[in-house]
Amino acid sequence: MFKEMIEIRWHGRGGQGTKTAALLFAEVSLGIGKYIQAFPEYGPERMGAPVQAFNRISNYPITIHSGITNPDYVVVLDSSIIDSVSIDAGIYYSSKIIVNTSLSVMEISKQININPEQLYVVNATKIALEFIGRNIPNMPMFGALTKIINILDINDVLSIVERKIIKKFRHKPEVIKGNLISIKRAFDEVKN
Amino acid sequence: MIKTVSKNGKIMAKTGNEAIAEAMRQIEPDVVAAYPITPATEIVQIFSQFVSDGIVKSKYIAVESEHSALSATIAASAAGSRAMTGTSSQGLCYMSEMLYIASGLRLPIVMTDVNRAISAPINIHADHSDTMSVRDSGWIQIYSENSQDAYDNIIQAVKIAERAMLPVIVTMDGFIISHCMEVVEVYRDIDVKKFVGIYKPKRYLLDIKNPYTLGSIDLQDYYFEHRYQLAKAVVDSKKIILDVAEEFKELFGREYDLCEKYMIDDAEIAMIVLGSTAGTIKDEIKKIREEGIKIGLLKIRIYRPFPVEQVVENLKNIKVVAVMDRSDSCSGAFSPLYSDVVSSLYSHGIIDIKVVNYIYGLGGREINNLHIKNICDDLNKILLGIEKQPYEVKYVNIRKK
Repeated sequence: MFKEMIEIRWHGRGGQGTKTAALLFAEVSLGIGKYIQAFPEYGPERMGAPVQAFNRISNYPITIHSGITNPDYVVVLDSSIIDSVSIDAGIYYSSKIIVNTSLSVMEISKQININPEQLYVVNATKIALEFIGRNIPNMPMFGALTKIINILDINDVLSIVERKIIKKFRHKPEVIKGNLISIKRAFDEVKN
Repeated sequence: MIKTVSKNGKIMAKTGNEAIAEAMRQIEPDVVAAYPITPATEIVQIFSQFVSDGIVKSKYIAVESEHSALSATIAASAAGSRAMTGTSSQGLCYMSEMLYIASGLRLPIVMTDVNRAISAPINIHADHSDTMSVRDSGWIQIYSENSQDAYDNIIQAVKIAERAMLPVIVTMDGFIISHCMEVVEVYRDIDVKKFVGIYKPKRYLLDIKNPYTLGSIDLQDYYFEHRYQLAKAVVDSKKIILDVAEEFKELFGREYDLCEKYMIDDAEIAMIVLGSTAGTIKDEIKKIREEGIKIGLLKIRIYRPFPVEQVVENLKNIKVVAVMDRSDSCSGAFSPLYSDVVSSLYSHGIIDIKVVNYIYGLGGREINNLHIKNICDDLNKILLGIEKQPYEVKYVNIRKK
């Protein structure tokens, strides 16, 4: 079932690739024929400061140009911001929240007081460290969102992402492979 | 897959700034002189990369200020080259002295202004205060609703400027469009180059076989005539803008006009707006229409010259209108767009229409469907006689205490 328009909010910290993930998610969605928007929230930009980025994905042209207040999906790249940022702002009964954490759904659910049925967890940091070699959890969280949102085929995603990042990392083929493996791994491991 | 409008177009994901830089690459002007400023920085950053990578043959002049950026662009244009620049907010303010010189000398410069609030207090987000502050400078002003508009407008602007012998500003809302990645159909380089053609100025300073004077003193005997010619050229450019739009449609398939009508033909209430909020209003109008309320939108694409005739034609049968200004004149009267709309109507004898001035979104303040719905409710109450037309400016989504 595809809603007329899906709205996504990404939370992370400056330097974790939050904006990059939103932009890439838009490009991949465009690659399979969806209309897209991706935009960051601009505040003072500092490494480590909480940041947000947004996506709209639709089967029809998107004319709306306002902020996203009631996201259908919330992706949290860094669970340490839960104490200082309201990651549940504007969510409603069928919104889904995906958190990068080593904790369980029940533990996170208690921490932020959200219905556990709306929560998903994946240890994206562990995956990023293992396959990319740095704590840049954006690509594994991208994979986790792909699984939960269930509108993109994982193989399409992997081939489009490969095409997009191949230019950037042409001198480091191992980085490309690591990113792709981490997307697939989080896609497989994200759980409710 | 998303279908292209143009036969040879290509669907891409681009931000407004990327779309402008892409158009500039395809236009490949002779000279670009610019100084970076948020949120327009990426335009010149990407374009200067094209220059240093040898992708374009344009000469890029890195200057120390916006005043110099426009001065260098003016000199390049006067010398006979196709010249472009880009800026935002304080940068446009700092150019303001030179803006009048560019139009007074009738130089066809094309500039992108990424709309941003003016200091103080310092703010980097969208409103139209910057371009409104130079609305009487003799530049054509084209507002863009989205990245596609921005891309298409800048391509058309080159042709409009050179045919009208007037400088043109193409605008888009800071961050909302400049940093929002959207679907943009990009045309083939060869088609864009064919559309803009080769610039052949009627006369230019480096034409040493035909020397002439530019920028001489002009006192009581002729200054007035020259200013009259400028004002007339701005008015007459409406026809040129429409001709260029027609040629654009023939080659690329997209339609442009001075204004864009949206569900206004049978409307009883309407909104008038510039820039990105037009898209949000369209989205809300679709929903409001389902309740049986006859509401429409008139988006002003060309703000200078002001499309007086089209505004009158489209509003003459409307009962209640909201004019949405994203700038405040601090004038004690009303804001720029409202003043232009009302004087257009009154000059044409249309006086029994209720027109309300709303100021919204200063410094990037959120304007969303809910705010638009509330305005619609206000207009409907006035239509039904439940409430009276307010005599003062209404502020949207503001704390007054």
